Amino acid sequence: MSRYFTEDHEWIDVDGNNATVGITAYAQEQLGDIVFAEVPAVGAALKKGGDAAVVESVKAASDVYAPVSGTVTEGNDALGDDPALVNSDPEGAGWFFKLTLADAAELEGLMDEAAYKAFVAGL
Amino acid sequence: MRYLPLTQTDRSAMLSVIGADTIDDLFVDVPGEAQLDGPIAGLPYHASEMAVERHMSALAAKNMAAGAGPFFLGCGAYKHHVPASVDHIIQRGEFLTAYTPYQPEIAQGTLQMLFEFQTQVARLFGCDVANASMYDGSTACWEAIVMARRITKRAKAVLSSGLHPHYVSVAQTMAKFTGDVLDTALPTLTPETDADRLLASIDGETSCVVVQYPDILGRIADLSAIAAKAHEHGALLIAVVTEPVALGAIYSPGEMGADIVVGEGQSLGVGLQFGGPYVGLFACKEKFVRQMPGRLCGETVDAEGRRGFVLTLSTREQHIRREKATSNICTNSGLCALAFSIHMTLLGERGLRDLAALNHGLAVQAAERLAGVSGVTLVNDNFFNEFTLKLSKPARPIVRELSHHGILGGVSLVRLYPEAEHLENGLVVAVTETTTAEDVEALAAKLEELLA
Amino acid sequence: MSAVNQSGWRPEMSAAEASAPTTTTGNRALMLEEALIFEIGDTDTTGVDFADAPKVIARLSGLERARKIGIPGLSEPEAVRHYTRLSRQNYGIDLGFFPLGSCTMKHNPRLNEKMARLPGFADVHPMQPVETVQGALAVINELAVWLIKLTGMHGVAMTPKAGAHGELCGILAIKAALEARGDPRTVILVPESAHGTNPATAAFAGFTVENIPATSEGRVDLAALTARLGPDVAGVMITNPNTCGLFERDMRAISDAVHAVGGYVYCDGANFNAIVGRVRPGDLGIDAMHINLHKTFSTPHGGGGPGSGPVVLSEALSPFGPLPFTERHADGGYTLIEEETAGERHPHSFGRMTAFHGQMGMFTRALTYILSHGADGLRQVAEDAVLNANYILRSLENSLEAPFAASGPCMHEALFSDNGMAEGFSTLDIAKGLIDEGFHPMTVYFPLVVHGAILVEPTETESKAALDQFITALRSVADRARAGDASLKSAPHFAPRRRLDETLAARKPVLVWKEPDLAVAAE
Repeated sequence: MSRYFTEDHEWIDVDGNNATVGITAYAQEQLGDIVFAEVPAVGAALKKGGDAAVVESVKAASDVYAPVSGTVTEGNDALGDDPALVNSDPEGAGWFFKLTLADAAELEGLMDEAAYKAFVAGL
Repeated sequence: MRYLPLTQTDRSAMLSVIGADTIDDLFVDVPGEAQLDGPIAGLPYHASEMAVERHMSALAAKNMAAGAGPFFLGCGAYKHHVPASVDHIIQRGEFLTAYTPYQPEIAQGTLQMLFEFQTQVARLFGCDVANASMYDGSTACWEAIVMARRITKRAKAVLSSGLHPHYVSVAQTMAKFTGDVLDTALPTLTPETDADRLLASIDGETSCVVVQYPDILGRIADLSAIAAKAHEHGALLIAVVTEPVALGAIYSPGEMGADIVVGEGQSLGVGLQFGGPYVGLFACKEKFVRQMPGRLCGETVDAEGRRGFVLTLSTREQHIRREKATSNICTNSGLCALAFSIHMTLLGERGLRDLAALNHGLAVQAAERLAGVSGVTLVNDNFFNEFTLKLSKPARPIVRELSHHGILGGVSLVRLYPEAEHLENGLVVAVTETTTAEDVEALAAKLEELLA
Repeated sequence: MSAVNQSGWRPEMSAAEASAPTTTTGNRALMLEEALIFEIGDTDTTGVDFADAPKVIARLSGLERARKIGIPGLSEPEAVRHYTRLSRQNYGIDLGFFPLGSCTMKHNPRLNEKMARLPGFADVHPMQPVETVQGALAVINELAVWLIKLTGMHGVAMTPKAGAHGELCGILAIKAALEARGDPRTVILVPESAHGTNPATAAFAGFTVENIPATSEGRVDLAALTARLGPDVAGVMITNPNTCGLFERDMRAISDAVHAVGGYVYCDGANFNAIVGRVRPGDLGIDAMHINLHKTFSTPHGGGGPGSGPVVLSEALSPFGPLPFTERHADGGYTLIEEETAGERHPHSFGRMTAFHGQMGMFTRALTYILSHGADGLRQVAEDAVLNANYILRSLENSLEAPFAASGPCMHEALFSDNGMAEGFSTLDIAKGLIDEGFHPMTVYFPLVVHGAILVEPTETESKAALDQFITALRSVADRARAGDASLKSAPHFAPRRRLDETLAARKPVLVWKEPDLAVAAE
């Protein structure tokens, strides 16, 4: 399994043709306490770079983009009752949605962990 | 000038600190050709309080006040008695001159009041939640239609023929720009509402059905069947209440299955004011709360564990969500919401029920007396405090003639529906606790004369 | 993700240390705690007396309500106590300074209130025959003429109920004008620094919103704007003076460039207080501008409303303005142009925006204020407002970073940022510290273009002494933030409430009161 990152602070874990997407520790820290997360419906068709989910803190709302194109297989229902999961475990239990990949080649432009760390350091 | 505290000494001292010679130096960014040399020509200079009062009083004197004689107008704005305390309380500087409660630590007065207001509105309408008010009933109605579209993802709204024509007009204006499709119809001078037409129009494309309760002619219909059919087809029922005092006597729309209930709160605390400012009421089911427009006040605790209130779910709003906001609305109608809430608190539901019983009782008596005038037929089978009369002659000239005799006799339907010839003889009459038997007698006698 | 928390605001709360001695009641001398009406009232109590209802046979078709509503009542003395106690937990202009940028929190004259309450204005129904309301129509018309002359525009739409409603009016007029000439454009350009209502309004009207960047001097980048203009651009929404408190020097050029490609210029008039009586926005080529009567023209903020947002219109847009409006005749009488006469008198109107005729109660107040000041007084208002803001800017520019202070004077508001604060300290802490000093905080985290924005608008009704006290207070709080004074993190200490948990309020929204679960209480 490999993990990639986008410049918009999404992470994506890829396992064969399936992937899980969430936001990074850096992103949740910037947002502060998460109060609400809206995940896409099962079956939704996502385009790389397009709106996939919404994450809200008290005074900010951000769109979470799809790092790659694909079809949603599951949304993290746990976030409905406990949006704080995104703060406590953003890169684990605070995942947003799972999807099947439409085109694995789209992963090519994404950063690995080291590159993302360097990217954040430069912000 | 009495509203300007700075003296010439102050101004010189301040310019000195700033490092400017004259005030003109501070306007240096404004292109010379756009700057005016002096006060705008053709406009009067400043005036004393006394002079302004004289001018405004003279203008006020040219209006016939509702309280000056027999008064029977309704159609979305009602004359009720507002207890003297209400106006005193809302004029306290801490309420009148307060800002939006964005700094909650020093705005608990406004915030607690809004929480109480939201609870009162939700309970009155029979809904789970209510917001902190909108501009007025007509814009609240439109916002509800837009909210229904967001929820159902459909664009077709069916509007009852009994919906206030101004509310319909607002929706039609907005729909031209948003692409919502509105199914509308004109009312007829019959005792039945258009419930049958509404039931027949609901299908899988319908986003919402919008019904006024009581309607523009004063008629009341059970909304349960419409709610049921709407829900069967995945659509929402939006009820519109332009006279909240009615809910002291009849079922709330929420109890009958309405998903969103909007209305005009003017009847309580606010006064006629020639049409504004009024207060829009907006309530809905819990599951739709994140789709609501407008401000919301919520309960929380402070750092010492004490209960307090804050504006919440702000991410729906324009200052955060910008293009993706649920509405562009920024203000609510804060001071009017306060007036409504104080009046409602003074009434309590006990007082509201008594007020409603009084309104209905007086209206029934008035309707009977007026229906007894030859040339007058009562259209309604049922009504709360407002009913429609069919006169033997066109109503509009009668209304004008009545006003020449110091009687404001109601709203002629053709004033609201200028093209509708079939409504030409229709007159909508409202009766509240402020109406006396003498008022009714005066109207009856004059009508008798004018219809002879 | 889209821009992660541009404003930089994050909620911060830590448990508060125990403060002064406690009391049994929880009251603190004149600061009295007050419960909810649902906790102190009951459903059988009422503070209003009525005559008995006449005994009639009801005509309610069996729809009489059966269940209790759940709304308690209070006697008059209890109600007056309740609301008086609540009021004392509020800050108001009558009490002190509100340095809120873009809100124009000026004194609310009481003559306004007296005039609005004259029965001839307060007790008049909107649907009375027009012959019986000539005085009301005269007020609307007289105010309309003032607004047109003050702005140098052609016509005015009086009905919008608030500023944002006025923005919608202006944008819909633009859309109607484009449609009338068969040119359905889809894009509206909005500066990054714009108030959220601007893009929200444009989107609501069906436009796509694109950002216009700013220059390093905090103004619209004219070159970037001109480069973007094209046949798909319906118009621009410009705030002038802008939300950084600066006058858009290129405003005329912006208008000309937009007109040259067939677009329209909407001006957000929230900051009109800086230029009223000195500059007419019409001379700068705008097509529409909303005016906030509750800002520039002193009508009260009322804890969040009501407002009023009439919109002045250019000759090009006036034909499309909404219904209804007043018209004055040669003989001095007035009529109301509604749907009935629209066909002949105003055929291109885009329609009606609200029931009835607009915020009459705010018109009487605003006209009273305008007549009091007159043309000379209003000009002085703008001058004193700009003077006060520059006094604050120069007095504080060494205590707080002022990003545009070097480029020249500000207009009626001064913009600072929280750069230079100790690690972990931000604008939020400065705002909360200012509360303890007896001031309502300034506008914070707006505009988004500056980190931790602090926007101060004094208005002309603050005395020099009030400003000096504010400057001293803000300087001292800023110093504490720069030094990393820990007590600032738990401010305010002296307000009726400490910092409130906004995260909890958003995660578990409780928007109405519910009866406590008696079974749980009995355990």
